[in-house]
Amino acid sequence: MSTLLEVDDLRVTFPTRTGLIEAVRGVSFSLGRERLGIVGESGSGKSQTGRAIMGLTPTQAEVTANKLAFDGIDLLAAPPRDRRALRGKRIAMILQDPKYSLDPVMSIGRQIVETLRTHEKAGKAEARDRALAMLEAVQIRDPARVFDLHPHEVSGGMGQRAMIAMMLIAGPEMMIADEPTSALDVTVQLDVLGILDKLVSERGMGLIFISHDLRLVSSFCDRVIVMYAGKVVEQLAASELGRAQHPYTRGLLNCMPKIGADRHPLPVLDRKPEWAA
Amino acid sequence: MTSALSVDRLEVIFDRFRALKGVSLDVLSGESFGLVGESGSGKSTLLRAIAGLAPAASGSITVNGKRLGARRDKAFYREVQMVFQDPYGSLHPRQTVDRLLQEPLAIHGFADGEKRIQRALDEVGLGTGFRFRYSHQLSGGQRQRVAIARALILEPSILLLDEPTSALDASVQAEVLNLLEEIRRRRNLTFLMVSHDLAIITHMCERLMVMQNGEAVEHLTADDLVRRHVTKDYTRNLLRASEGFVRV
Repeated sequence: MSTLLEVDDLRVTFPTRTGLIEAVRGVSFSLGRERLGIVGESGSGKSQTGRAIMGLTPTQAEVTANKLAFDGIDLLAAPPRDRRALRGKRIAMILQDPKYSLDPVMSIGRQIVETLRTHEKAGKAEARDRALAMLEAVQIRDPARVFDLHPHEVSGGMGQRAMIAMMLIAGPEMMIADEPTSALDVTVQLDVLGILDKLVSERGMGLIFISHDLRLVSSFCDRVIVMYAGKVVEQLAASELGRAQHPYTRGLLNCMPKIGADRHPLPVLDRKPEWAA
Repeated sequence: MTSALSVDRLEVIFDRFRALKGVSLDVLSGESFGLVGESGSGKSTLLRAIAGLAPAASGSITVNGKRLGARRDKAFYREVQMVFQDPYGSLHPRQTVDRLLQEPLAIHGFADGEKRIQRALDEVGLGTGFRFRYSHQLSGGQRQRVAIARALILEPSILLLDEPTSALDASVQAEVLNLLEEIRRRRNLTFLMVSHDLAIITHMCERLMVMQNGEAVEHLTADDLVRRHVTKDYTRNLLRASEGFVRV
């Protein structure tokens, strides 16, 4: 399997009034054309890991790594112009809430066309046709109508599909999905995941799926990385999740209520300081 | 058993939109009752209509045998309190925990505020060390505990819970759910709880109602759900969705 992304000892540090805060502390993994899940609670550094790869870390923060390479390109040494060319074209990112991450004053179609024409030479008519085809690919029933709608006129599930369409139109090789379904209803979640799954496998993309929901991630991904306090505490195949070793992973799995399991009270996590060490 | 809360053919209309289309339910005293459905199904509107935060166009709401009018009196709020979804939005950002907890006491004219605040904080597992903090100095789970303390401080008999854990991490969710169960047992409270998560509702409630588009789809017991004894496709879809992603 060819390696798309290599991350070795990634660190993201934020300066604050009370000193340096290390949000990501030495994360290492590699990604091929597969689905990798990154799971952790809020503040575990999972989103900052995704953002550092994408190059969206806030400017005051410092990103360091022994190696952060996408398809052989050293991302940390690459000039901003090269990174801009990668972003959206070869590496794409889906964000959590379409309500906040789509441009509210631009029609959905125009946003998709904008992405395409930023990265490729395409005439207006061609760009429109490709945007419509992409909207259809994410199972939007009436693409021509949705093309002209503004984000506030569509539901959350529809907005998220539009965002997926926008991210896929330039044909990226790697996709980072940061909680792509957390803002959606459970029933819509599965539809959106199904679309994402199909497109990722058809196009042979690498996917990093960031989520707080361990069970959802394990049902969707091939491999799972569990993060705690900025560190990777466990890496395992999704099918092996039942045999997780680390008490944090086991605790996360256990503490969720399950239909049919009568456990009162629910087991709670007993956080050990050495997990964060 | 007597019913603590009963809702009969309740309609809520916003402008011309019928958010609730004649919903009825009956919650027994000491029972925990769940409302499940996707966003826009009217489950939160039902809770808000009971609390007097959404206007009822027709139908009736009865609490502890007393039929409610258009306006809620103080006695109602001594009986019924609500915990909201987002602890980041439901606590006053410029008031300390102490001030937050004093407000309901002042409104209802309780003299023993000092004692009650201490007891309420102890009961939700926060301790008095948190008493003079602002909400931004607390984590999400701690904030939700403050919101629960604020609801409990008047010693209500019915608690309305609107997605009390959906803004929290899974491990913190477990702690808050355990806390709610323990308080219910200790005080013999009646719960009416809204969630989009079937697993949480089956864990917390004995009976539930599935809602869609402002209507009741079906009434079930938690046992029915566990045994998959559901009759409506919509409920089956919800059940399937709660099992995670399945590759076809």
